[in-house]
Amino acid sequence: MNVLIDKFDVFAGGFWLTLQICVLAAIGALLLGAVVAVLRISPVPPLRAVGTGYVNVFRNMPLTVVMFFAAFGLPALGSNADFLRIPGLDAVFSRLDTDLPYFRFALIALVLYTAAFVCEALRSGVNAVPAGQAEAARSLGLTFGQNLRYVVLPQSWKASIVPLGSVIIAMIKNSALAGFFGVVGDLSATADQLTGAEGYAFIPVAIGISIGYLIMTVPLGALLDRIEKRQAVAR
Amino acid sequence: MSQQTSVLYDVPGPRQRRITLISSVVAAVVLLVGAYFLIYQPLADKGQFSMELWGPLVDPSNENFALVWERIGIGFKNTLTAAALAIVASLVVGTLLAVLRIQLKSLTQRRFTGMATPLAYLLRGVSLLLSAVTRVCVEVFRGLPVVITIFFVARGFPEFGIAMDTLWYLVIGLTIYNSVVIAEILRSGMEGLPGGQREAAAAIGLSPLQTTRMILLPQSFRIMLPALISQLVVVLKDTSLGFIISYEETLNIGKQIIGVLGNPIQVYVVIAVLFIVVNYSLSKLAQYLQRRLSQGRKTAGTPAQNPPPAALMSQAEGAGSA
Repeated sequence: MNVLIDKFDVFAGGFWLTLQICVLAAIGALLLGAVVAVLRISPVPPLRAVGTGYVNVFRNMPLTVVMFFAAFGLPALGSNADFLRIPGLDAVFSRLDTDLPYFRFALIALVLYTAAFVCEALRSGVNAVPAGQAEAARSLGLTFGQNLRYVVLPQSWKASIVPLGSVIIAMIKNSALAGFFGVVGDLSATADQLTGAEGYAFIPVAIGISIGYLIMTVPLGALLDRIEKRQAVAR
Repeated sequence: MSQQTSVLYDVPGPRQRRITLISSVVAAVVLLVGAYFLIYQPLADKGQFSMELWGPLVDPSNENFALVWERIGIGFKNTLTAAALAIVASLVVGTLLAVLRIQLKSLTQRRFTGMATPLAYLLRGVSLLLSAVTRVCVEVFRGLPVVITIFFVARGFPEFGIAMDTLWYLVIGLTIYNSVVIAEILRSGMEGLPGGQREAAAAIGLSPLQTTRMILLPQSFRIMLPALISQLVVVLKDTSLGFIISYEETLNIGKQIIGVLGNPIQVYVVIAVLFIVVNYSLSKLAQYLQRRLSQGRKTAGTPAQNPPPAALMSQAEGAGSA
């Protein structure tokens, strides 16, 4: 059990790095997912096709393959994902700025992959709004944008919060893959490092790593359960 | 989809359609030009479109073509083997776990009257404890990333002297995670059923186990079939995680091919297309089944069932680790 105490800073650092990846990827995926969702419900057929194509491609591809593309395809394109070094943001998330690009690659892969699921969650919320609402808005003469902004989205938000939450939980779990794609020092890379190269006993390390992930996933899951139960009663 | 979109906006008139057509043609041209300079050019500069790199994958007359596809075939067969084993195992274990949790839940509500008081207390304590233990196990394994589960299995088992083929590490790791998820899907399906089902079963004298087995479980499977199939797609995708424990599945084979031929982008494009085709057809199958089932339910005249909780449905769709 000593490793938990001796190496506490390693575990804490891994937790902190995983948390950074998750926060950044969640922000990116929510933004991109919202854009794709608007594309998918937009009145312009080509944009709809683009949105549908995006979702079909990324939902059916293993995240591992997306990670490979980000980690090998981007360098082949001559990009080091430098555009992610957003001034101000890289002061808080220092990993964005370091020279090894793997943190940024992992981030791109996670955002691209999760955005497809975020899009579906948002769309399921829009589908849950009774059709009469949008029809009434249309008969008042609201345009598509106004319809979404003033009538549909404020109501759909409620129905999509639970699916969105599960997508984010899934994303937190998916972020474990980053450790196997060159990101040094996140929770899963720490597990590999401690049990492999440094030869610590397996069980304590496993417990430490598990606690790190469970701290993030279990409370979120419990919160979602509560929200869902409350909504079920309200309905 | 089509009714949904038409609710949000008016059907475009001739002018709107003209504008749409013109602007999409313009946008397509701009995008093509942009793609040419930003994606095609850099790739072509590095010779990524040369037959040297693509040839082994697409040109049957290439000397490596047969060998490469034979290797990919082996990899894909290994992927499917692991996926099939993991699916069967997690369905079986997941069903058992769901039944166990339902049984334990009904057991905790029993008061064991007609027994000696200490014995009754003991039995109640034991059933409460078991119920709590299964609950904790489910929460823990549902909250852990499946990558980590697989990794723990592959690292932990040899430590305790259990040496196996990597295939079995992968299958066990996938089963631990997915059986818990499937158990939760089935359990919520059973708890969403109208209470009358259980009461009617009790009224005709079925034991709790019989009730679960003959009344609740079949209906739960039926309601939750779309979620279950999405979860199976997730299992198939997660099989690609086998590469971290160097199981010889598609991605790993791809890595070996890249090691010899040096064409990462090309190989990954082919593998991605393979995965997308298989998973897309499975998702289509899930949609088809969902449609069929909703039709069947209507004609059967059974009461409207509670829809499965959104969290679980989307969990099944989004939760897989890869």
